[in-house]
Amino acid sequence: MNRLHYIGKRLVMTALVTFTVILVSFFMIRLAPGDAATVMAGQAGFSDEAFMKTLRAEYGLDQPLPVQLWKYLGAVAQGDMGSSYVRRQPVLAVILERLPNTLLLDAFALVAAIAGGVWLGGIAARRPGSAGDGVVTTLSMLFYAIPQFWLGMMAVLVFAVWLNWLPPFGIETMGADNTGLARFGDVALHMILPGMTLALYYMASYARLTRVTMIEVAEQDFVKTARAKGISERQVARRHILRNALIPLVTYAGLQASILLGGSVLVENVFSWPGIGTLAYEAVTERDNPLLLGIFIVTSVLVSLFNLATDIAYSLVDPRVELG
Amino acid sequence: MIRFARIFFAKPATILVFAFFIAIVLIALAAPLLFVRGPLTIVGMPLLPPGAPGFLAGSDVLGRDMAGALAYGARISLLVGAASTIGAVGIGVLLGAVAGYYGGLVDELLMRVTEFFQIIPSFVLLMVLVAFLQPSLGSTVIGIALISWPQVARVVRGEFLSLKGREFVQAARTLGMRDSRIILTQILPNALPPILVVGSMMVGSAILTESALSFLGLGDPNLLSWGSMIGGARSAMWVAWWTSVLPGLAIMATVLSLNFIGDRLNDALNPRGQR
Repeated sequence: MNRLHYIGKRLVMTALVTFTVILVSFFMIRLAPGDAATVMAGQAGFSDEAFMKTLRAEYGLDQPLPVQLWKYLGAVAQGDMGSSYVRRQPVLAVILERLPNTLLLDAFALVAAIAGGVWLGGIAARRPGSAGDGVVTTLSMLFYAIPQFWLGMMAVLVFAVWLNWLPPFGIETMGADNTGLARFGDVALHMILPGMTLALYYMASYARLTRVTMIEVAEQDFVKTARAKGISERQVARRHILRNALIPLVTYAGLQASILLGGSVLVENVFSWPGIGTLAYEAVTERDNPLLLGIFIVTSVLVSLFNLATDIAYSLVDPRVELG
Repeated sequence: MIRFARIFFAKPATILVFAFFIAIVLIALAAPLLFVRGPLTIVGMPLLPPGAPGFLAGSDVLGRDMAGALAYGARISLLVGAASTIGAVGIGVLLGAVAGYYGGLVDELLMRVTEFFQIIPSFVLLMVLVAFLQPSLGSTVIGIALISWPQVARVVRGEFLSLKGREFVQAARTLGMRDSRIILTQILPNALPPILVVGSMMVGSAILTESALSFLGLGDPNLLSWGSMIGGARSAMWVAWWTSVLPGLAIMATVLSLNFIGDRLNDALNPRGQR
């Protein structure tokens, strides 16, 4: 199968995922007790039949199910995911306002996790069974068992409450009205705690993966050849082993994207980071179903696009990959 | 069995960890006997530090006994961990077995569904599910099972793919056994070890997921779990560290011991083992 065919196949999968997510969302709305009209009437504080009827007509809730589904699909395809009950704004606008903050935090965490994980995994792989290896393995086991939101709270406790080194909440200092470089520095400072909290868990898994693949690659013939040629051990580790061990990391980053986003929801809430995660929490507590489903749709599409990108990158990086 | 026990307990720490886990289970079971008044009763001044008379682990924001709440929280965590794992393994085995055994179009279709669940942000889906089903113990278990099964399905499918061509399966087929009987009595027993390993690892992550849900206030509103204790302690974090530190340590210790046991199980059941 050639590369174009492969990419086409992945594109179809991405489209299917999007379609299914919208379908699931549609049926979720029908699953919830009471419809949008009851919710809005409840929020308005009164509910006479005529008002409910107007609401149902306005939102098309009085039409047969297939018609509603068709309209919903068409609307979502055009980026119209309804309006937030509470905010009285289009769902997409509300989401897009918060999205950049989440992307910033997640990108920082991903880069930090990969960099730190590769470094730690490299140390562990150099001498399997050594003390360094033991520490890395133990740490990664520990991070698998720590609830991420709790790790965040502990970070706040230590670095903000006790040591008073870093700002615990928000994305920038309230009312400081910084601009330019000062604002950049301020945001960066606010990002350290949530970003590192998010990164640590994935750093542990990247360290594990790097360790295993590096040990595997180190046993292959071309590495022996490189050693036999008299290349220094440092060079062998860096140029021959590490480079080849990095390839699986690309796929792994794609697979991890959905987990990273889930973690981000929790970490954002701990640190009051104004992103999609805090928005999702607000949507849940305000019973703002269109907004919650909008977040579900947007995040799903984003993650599957990221997956598509890593799949394509993988097929470009490693010519040995069997596309299929 | 003896060989299994020998490898399982090969690491000296195993007995210790195992005993620790049993202790957590016993505390969870005995919670109503140890703390007769239940976890939600206000029994003293709020925010008493650990070690205050009658308060082994201090009291929380409302003046409830933290020790009692921790013991009752263990019940929720273990219950949700076990129940949602059973659910996930059930779904995963069913779909994985069908996909692996029949192959072809059925396999293709089921694998796409599995892939779908693995691509989408499952925690967001879980929030949606629980919010729409209304937060309760039941919706938590159903939600976690629904987002965790794909892992099991993949493993089971792989096992079935490799086992279905073996001679004993062909023999069973020659004897005229029905498909369902071959799947259940011939292949499934041979696929059990990896299923056990995946399942044992899943309990820990289910406990973590439950704690995250109830931390966000999406757990059963009538129950106090470790996650909701941490969520409720957020306002007291600045003055009473124990309200958030202790339940977190409880989660960590439980999950750590479960993962350790799962790891040993993997070594004992899978002698070919990884390094």
